[in-house]
Amino acid sequence: MNASGAVAQTAATWRILAWVVPAALLLLVAPLVIDPFQTLTLTYGLIAAIGALGFNLLLGYTGLLSFGHSAFFGGGAYTVAFMVKYLKIASMELFLAGSVLASAIISALFGFVCVRYTRIFFGILTLALSQVLWSLAFKFFWVTGGTDGLRVPTPTLVGMAPTNDKMDFLAHQYYYYVLAVFALCVFLMWVIVHSPFGKALQAIRDNETRAEFIGIRIRRYRLIAFVISGIFTGVAGALWAPLNGLASPDVLVWTFSGEIVFMTVLGGFRTFVGPIVGAIAFTYLKTYAVGFTVYWQLLLGTVLVVLVLALPTGIMGAIERLASKMRKAR
Amino acid sequence: MGVFAIHILNALLYSSVLFLIAGGLSLIYGVMRILNLAHGNLYALGAFVTAWAIGLALGAGVPNFVLFLLLPAGAIAAAVAGAVIERTLLRPFYKRPEEYQLLMTFGLLMILEDLIRLVWGPNPLSATSVYASLGSISIAGDRYPTYNLVIIAVGIVAAVFLWAFIYRTRFGVFLRATSQDKRMASALGVNVNRIYIQAFTLGCFMAGLGGAIVVPSQSAVLGMGVDALVLAFIVVVIGGLGSLEGALAGALIVGVVREAGITLFPEIELAVLYLIAAVVLLVRPAGLFGRAGT
Amino acid sequence: MNLLTTQALTKSFGDNRAVNAVDFVVNQGEVLALIGSNGAGKTSLVNLVSGLLRPDSGQIIFENNDVTRQTSYERIKAGIARSFQIVNLFDHLSCADNVALSIFSREGKTLNLATLASRDHAVWTEAHDVLRRFGLDRAAVMLAGTISHGERKLLDVAVAYALKPKLLFLDEPTSGVSTREKAPIMDIVTSIVRAGGITVVIIEHDMDIVFRYSERIVVMHQGTILADGTPDEIRRNDAVTTTLIGTHPTGEPAFGGAGNA
Repeated sequence: MNASGAVAQTAATWRILAWVVPAALLLLVAPLVIDPFQTLTLTYGLIAAIGALGFNLLLGYTGLLSFGHSAFFGGGAYTVAFMVKYLKIASMELFLAGSVLASAIISALFGFVCVRYTRIFFGILTLALSQVLWSLAFKFFWVTGGTDGLRVPTPTLVGMAPTNDKMDFLAHQYYYYVLAVFALCVFLMWVIVHSPFGKALQAIRDNETRAEFIGIRIRRYRLIAFVISGIFTGVAGALWAPLNGLASPDVLVWTFSGEIVFMTVLGGFRTFVGPIVGAIAFTYLKTYAVGFTVYWQLLLGTVLVVLVLALPTGIMGAIERLASKMRKAR
Repeated sequence: MGVFAIHILNALLYSSVLFLIAGGLSLIYGVMRILNLAHGNLYALGAFVTAWAIGLALGAGVPNFVLFLLLPAGAIAAAVAGAVIERTLLRPFYKRPEEYQLLMTFGLLMILEDLIRLVWGPNPLSATSVYASLGSISIAGDRYPTYNLVIIAVGIVAAVFLWAFIYRTRFGVFLRATSQDKRMASALGVNVNRIYIQAFTLGCFMAGLGGAIVVPSQSAVLGMGVDALVLAFIVVVIGGLGSLEGALAGALIVGVVREAGITLFPEIELAVLYLIAAVVLLVRPAGLFGRAGT
Repeated sequence: MNLLTTQALTKSFGDNRAVNAVDFVVNQGEVLALIGSNGAGKTSLVNLVSGLLRPDSGQIIFENNDVTRQTSYERIKAGIARSFQIVNLFDHLSCADNVALSIFSREGKTLNLATLASRDHAVWTEAHDVLRRFGLDRAAVMLAGTISHGERKLLDVAVAYALKPKLLFLDEPTSGVSTREKAPIMDIVTSIVRAGGITVVIIEHDMDIVFRYSERIVVMHQGTILADGTPDEIRRNDAVTTTLIGTHPTGEPAFGGAGNA
């Protein structure tokens, strides 16, 4: 790497730090400065961000649009619920381990079937398979609680039992736990997309034929990406269940998969942080929309249509365009 | 024997409505390569408009046969909505990757869902008087609602009419040409934009018609669109996206499996349908009648 | 030494016999031009050898191994690489990334998901070296989709070259490039592959390029090999000149010297 390359690398690192450090500080002090309801919303946002991060490994980096990620999110959530109900477990660490295992299995099975196809057929197949899970959860109500769902009480966090004030516990201890898992997930995903494997995925995204002809076995790599993607989203579901207090079929239905796609596109699926930004933004958007009007679907739907029409690169794409314009103007 | 005949009729009934919805979805995809996720909501729109029109007419004390004339109102409303949507929202996306179209139609789904709620409120609308007015007929010893036969008849007529339309008219030739090779058709002088809007309108008309004829036998409720879409999905996956014969075959298969499932294994009937769809996608991804390599 | 031999290789598309019982031989170390009119079967032959297509019948022997049943992946690992007629690059990745990917793949490193790609200095040094040899070093950080067409054609070859293959197929490496740029591109390409001891087969339509850069020419016509020989032999071959190049009314070949464009 020559001298100018090293300088460019340092400049890029500073630019990243300029974002990351303030964001990290804000996230760290959040529960101390905002009220518990806000903190809970932020927690939901971070959880959604983990899910979207996983989803975007497939969309942004591998070029596969899945309309079935609710299967992994819901799979993670229900794994936790089952562990509570049938195994009488209450440890968050075990919940996470269990959901990693469960989502790995589900995504390996689904992925094996789905990665033979691309584009519309891939999307249709992921949707159909996730609906299989949804219908099972719906119909086998004596196992899954049906539309009522299954209760999920607050778990112990690294051995620390929940305090009597549940809301306070969720808004503080649980928030920091989620934040820690979020930071870990961001770190892991960052390494993965910047690894040789990550480059290979992008090659597959950009030109499948060429990737094959430099010796990359497409299906195998897509499957690995699919499983990693499913695991991240499953972890998100596992973190979500205790916060929500309930695992219900709502997070398995295909329109929930659509929301995952929405939030990723909102933030911008062509960047690393886009899904994070989009997930947090979408969580706030939906929370306030639902609180504001009973016609929140109309609101969100319009946002999506406008987004796709006018701002296809999402929030991060718009910011980057703005930033490069400002750089050019100097 | 009578019970068996009833089951067959129920399956045909379900298949008829499904054929209308899925046929529209498949037609739109076949010609325009657009998978309209909001298609189910046009079915819902048809149901709501027809139920509403009939409700108004009943209130005005109109004679019974006029109510029947009002049935197509929903189909027409859906067609108009389709024309407007195509012109304003879909056209910008033809040159863009299909992922964006999918997202756009998903947004449209959310919008339509709430627009229906906005206009007609959260409560179901029904048109049961039309259903009841035809009474029931005796089928091999059992009573069967006559209106159900109307639904089946509409389904058959629609299938025949569509087949004739697509394979026996000039417009149908243009339609098929455009669906096979849009650029070539355009080079040969076909007005592709006009074909697109016509195909989309026709597809929406079919969905709306499905909703319109089904609403006397079941109310128009919020969420019926989303439910219908997934079923239509299964139909086109099994039958083949873009093929009318496929939509027919798929609708019949789904109708029969569902009827058998409901009778024999009610819990897993839905899961079985999704699994069949997944298996078909595995074994023959183009569907029974679909074209490979779309 | 025969590096590659095909025996009675046949491929049909419906009624069309694209490749008709072709016995094709490539010798180690040579620069061979594969020419013929459109539809002659050249690209189909390359597709069959590289593994993009499966033959209906016949055999493909590479380095004395029968590779007919092998997948394209196995053939790439065995040492067969190719570029494409329509430029096939990773447009959203930089030129350096494009070349580096070949190297990562060659080294079997593409399944590493726990290390940062940027830390593998050996790979990047080699990638920059390859770019420099192809005259693309100034475009190293530019996205492959943003550079000029001539540069893209060079990059396309560079990506295949970086696999360090034994046998390299270049499918129309100068198509779409202005005449002025063709010779420089071919100069770079041939000097690099010669220096690396790579055997190269070039599909070309530009006869100037063909006669100037190849040591041996194989002429295909309607799925079979019409002629096979040195440029001089081919020039004097009447069957070839009639079907491909065209003859003057006087009976003399229309092809004269360079500089016809």
